[in-house]
Amino acid sequence: MSIYYEGTQTNRITKFRVFVSTWLRPVLPWLGVSIFMGLFFFYPLARILWLGLNPAALITLHLASLHLAFNSLLFTFYQAVLSTLLTFVLGLPAAFLFARYSFRGKSLLRALTAIPFMLPTVVVAAGFNALLGPRGWVNLGLMDLFHLQAAPISIVGTLGVILLAHVFYNTTIVIRLVGNALSHLDPRLEQAARSLGADPLRVFSRVTLPLLRPSILAASVLVFIFDFTSFGVILLLGGPGFSTLEVEIYKQAMQFFNLPLAGLLSLIQLLCTLVFSILYSRILKRTAVTSAPRAAATNQRKARTFPQKLFLTGMVSLLMALFLLPLISLPLRSLTRLEADRGQRDQVRYGLTGDYYTELFINRRDSIFYVPPFEAIGNSLGYAAMTVVLSLALGFPVASALASPRRLERLLDPFLMLPLGASAVTLGLGFIVTFNRPPLALITSPLLVPLAHTLIALPFVIRSLQPALASIPDQLRQAAASLGASPHRVWLAVDWPIVARATLSAAVFAFTVSLGEFGATSLVTRPEYPTLPIAIARFLSQPGGMNYGQAMSMATVLMLVCGTGILLIERLRIPGTGEF
Amino acid sequence: MKRFLFIVFLLPIMLLTACSPRSPVTLTVMTHDSFTASESLITAFEQANNVKVVFLKSGDAGAALNKAILTRDAPLADVFYGVDNTFLSRALDNGIYETYASPLLAKIPAGFQLDPHNRALPVDFGDICINYDKAYFAAHNLTVPASLEDLVKPEYEGLLVVENPATSSPGLSFLLATVAHFAETSYLDYWRTLRLNGVVVVDGWETAYYTNFSASSGHGSQPMVVSYNTSPAAEVIYASSPLTDAPTASVLGPDTCFRQIEFVGILKGTSHLDLAQKFVDFMLSQKFQEDIPLQMFMYPVNTDSSLPQEFTRYAQMAPQPASLDPTVIAANRDKWIADWTAAVLH
Repeated sequence: MSIYYEGTQTNRITKFRVFVSTWLRPVLPWLGVSIFMGLFFFYPLARILWLGLNPAALITLHLASLHLAFNSLLFTFYQAVLSTLLTFVLGLPAAFLFARYSFRGKSLLRALTAIPFMLPTVVVAAGFNALLGPRGWVNLGLMDLFHLQAAPISIVGTLGVILLAHVFYNTTIVIRLVGNALSHLDPRLEQAARSLGADPLRVFSRVTLPLLRPSILAASVLVFIFDFTSFGVILLLGGPGFSTLEVEIYKQAMQFFNLPLAGLLSLIQLLCTLVFSILYSRILKRTAVTSAPRAAATNQRKARTFPQKLFLTGMVSLLMALFLLPLISLPLRSLTRLEADRGQRDQVRYGLTGDYYTELFINRRDSIFYVPPFEAIGNSLGYAAMTVVLSLALGFPVASALASPRRLERLLDPFLMLPLGASAVTLGLGFIVTFNRPPLALITSPLLVPLAHTLIALPFVIRSLQPALASIPDQLRQAAASLGASPHRVWLAVDWPIVARATLSAAVFAFTVSLGEFGATSLVTRPEYPTLPIAIARFLSQPGGMNYGQAMSMATVLMLVCGTGILLIERLRIPGTGEF
Repeated sequence: MKRFLFIVFLLPIMLLTACSPRSPVTLTVMTHDSFTASESLITAFEQANNVKVVFLKSGDAGAALNKAILTRDAPLADVFYGVDNTFLSRALDNGIYETYASPLLAKIPAGFQLDPHNRALPVDFGDICINYDKAYFAAHNLTVPASLEDLVKPEYEGLLVVENPATSSPGLSFLLATVAHFAETSYLDYWRTLRLNGVVVVDGWETAYYTNFSASSGHGSQPMVVSYNTSPAAEVIYASSPLTDAPTASVLGPDTCFRQIEFVGILKGTSHLDLAQKFVDFMLSQKFQEDIPLQMFMYPVNTDSSLPQEFTRYAQMAPQPASLDPTVIAANRDKWIADWTAAVLH
């Protein structure tokens, strides 16, 4: 009797172990993300889509709606393809520059390229306008030089400015994802090819490019989806002549209150995102290569030959022109005052002033919604810190699981990208109809902000970590283990040094996503915890030179906070990584 | 690690749900993004009624209303301020408000009380007008247009920037002014001529005012913009160096301005009906009404309230503003916007 009993006991334990290793362990890394995304993404989205797309509501759709949907889909696709291509034309050489060369001011320039990513579109539009607008520096300079009566360049309201703004916003994604992979490539592979007689072009196309393919794919799918769901750039710079799906969703949901059509458009946008993500995973599966990655420092050198120097100088100048010029106009504008002499506005005279900054600290009109600047900085940083911690904690297990994908991973992978492709307007309304009552009466809670930011940050975190984790050959781990290292030690000695840089990249993305308030635009905001972008928008909502000046100074503060944050995160010294 | 994460997630949620019944009582007021008031006034209301007032900003007037409608079975707030006469019918048709005949309605001219059942009570009003750059007109020896008809004259070619009515509420108001003036039969012809005369269309007020308008800090290329009749006063108050005169003024011809009236109402399902009524009274009271001009740059509806100097000196009220019945607007707005889009943008 007792023997029989013991037998079943052992049997049960083995059964349990088998259950754990075959079922539970693969599922475990997905637990956090599934609960999080289920609760804060799929559930609210399903609720709002059902409100618009239930059979009773659908009959209100007619042929004209489908026509509109098709037209905006076409333009959305067209501008996204062009934008992505252009972003890579600039981004790939830039990634090469940062990965392969060491030069003075490199980390500063790198941080500079990341700043646009978090700037509110209103501010970017102001920057572009100060540079390229009808009274911008370029036009004023040209008018002065050639004695012209009218501004020669008119870029606002063209497809060109949409593409330019998308490149401005998204190049940092390519620099970070591809540059990171490039800096870890084993240089001996390229050297071997060279010594076997291959010319540099052949080395690049046959060795470097195939090795970079996973990170290029990851970057391109992120950039593409970002361009595909573009909203602020289209509205503020492109103007009413252009309409993407997201802009159309906003119009239909917020202005016309046509939830069926908004729902249909959201669904189209979501399905497109899903298709892109599935394509991405399919292609990635076919091209994944592992090589022994190197610490980044071993890959970097100073420019020595003339072509190298030419490339370095050319790229640095190009990046400075694209990123520094529009950005610098904001701090400049925040420090200049136009002379009050309004009679001869044709001869605008400028004077230096610090008034806009000192004025930030004064609640002149006793407004209940006045925000002291440091409080706004504190709120922004607080939300950003929560977003970084939350998205790394949720993203790391998933990225590790994705690095050695099984059937489950391949199935779930594309769904991780969906928050980027979901319409922010639709999701915002979804939050409102879902979290407006107990048990999850979260809608009025300030916590909803970092939760929403985390949704958008997660795909970036996962896509930054996954290629790095996947690039680690198993032999390295096995070698370490066979030399007697514990699993913990293997991870610390093999995985971590390679992953550390990608983790920092991921943290920077999460940080900037949160500072830039992605997707939170259509939530309900609690004025007690205003962030920097909200403070900027508040100034720009009323006329007056002081309001404009204060908006520019707040934008400058936002740029400084973000730039400093990025520099600090990137400079974190991580033991054992042998870099930074 | 997993358990830790789980706790990290659940703890704030549990705390929040546990904290829902707060003390003292909280009164939630949902508003559009442009709402603001003096801190001292709100504090005084809070102390007098032993209540904490929480504001929820919910987007522009249209977005805020849609959110209120979507949550009407479990309302986010007790009071909702910010619906204007262009959205009034949508709000009333969806039945989001309680009826409340505030005694202070006696102080408000009947012309503002567009809801006979007193579900939506008028709080403030203002005119959406074309602002012009005084210096530009003086420097170019141009006369200021006196009517909508004038705007299609060749001397004003390319000088006017308007907002897209599909994405901007001033843009919609200006469209409605032209509908009211030219009637449904010929307003589109007017817009087609205006288009031939180089009218510039942008998506939002911020872009129109700060990027395109020549008298703002953005120094754009159009000396005329669709904005508010109070914008000239705001230019003086928020000037970067003290001004003795407004740099801009409004075009005040027949129907060149559209009168906007903003309303407050108590949301159905509130559990603080008494306090909500008190808050509505507070918004209609002389003190709050006199606070409106310099906070929100709108005019008070309460006839007891006096206007600040800056308003009487620099802002002009339209003598003959355009207006349309809210039910007519509600019935036609989508069609008008669609027809306008086809005529002006495509």
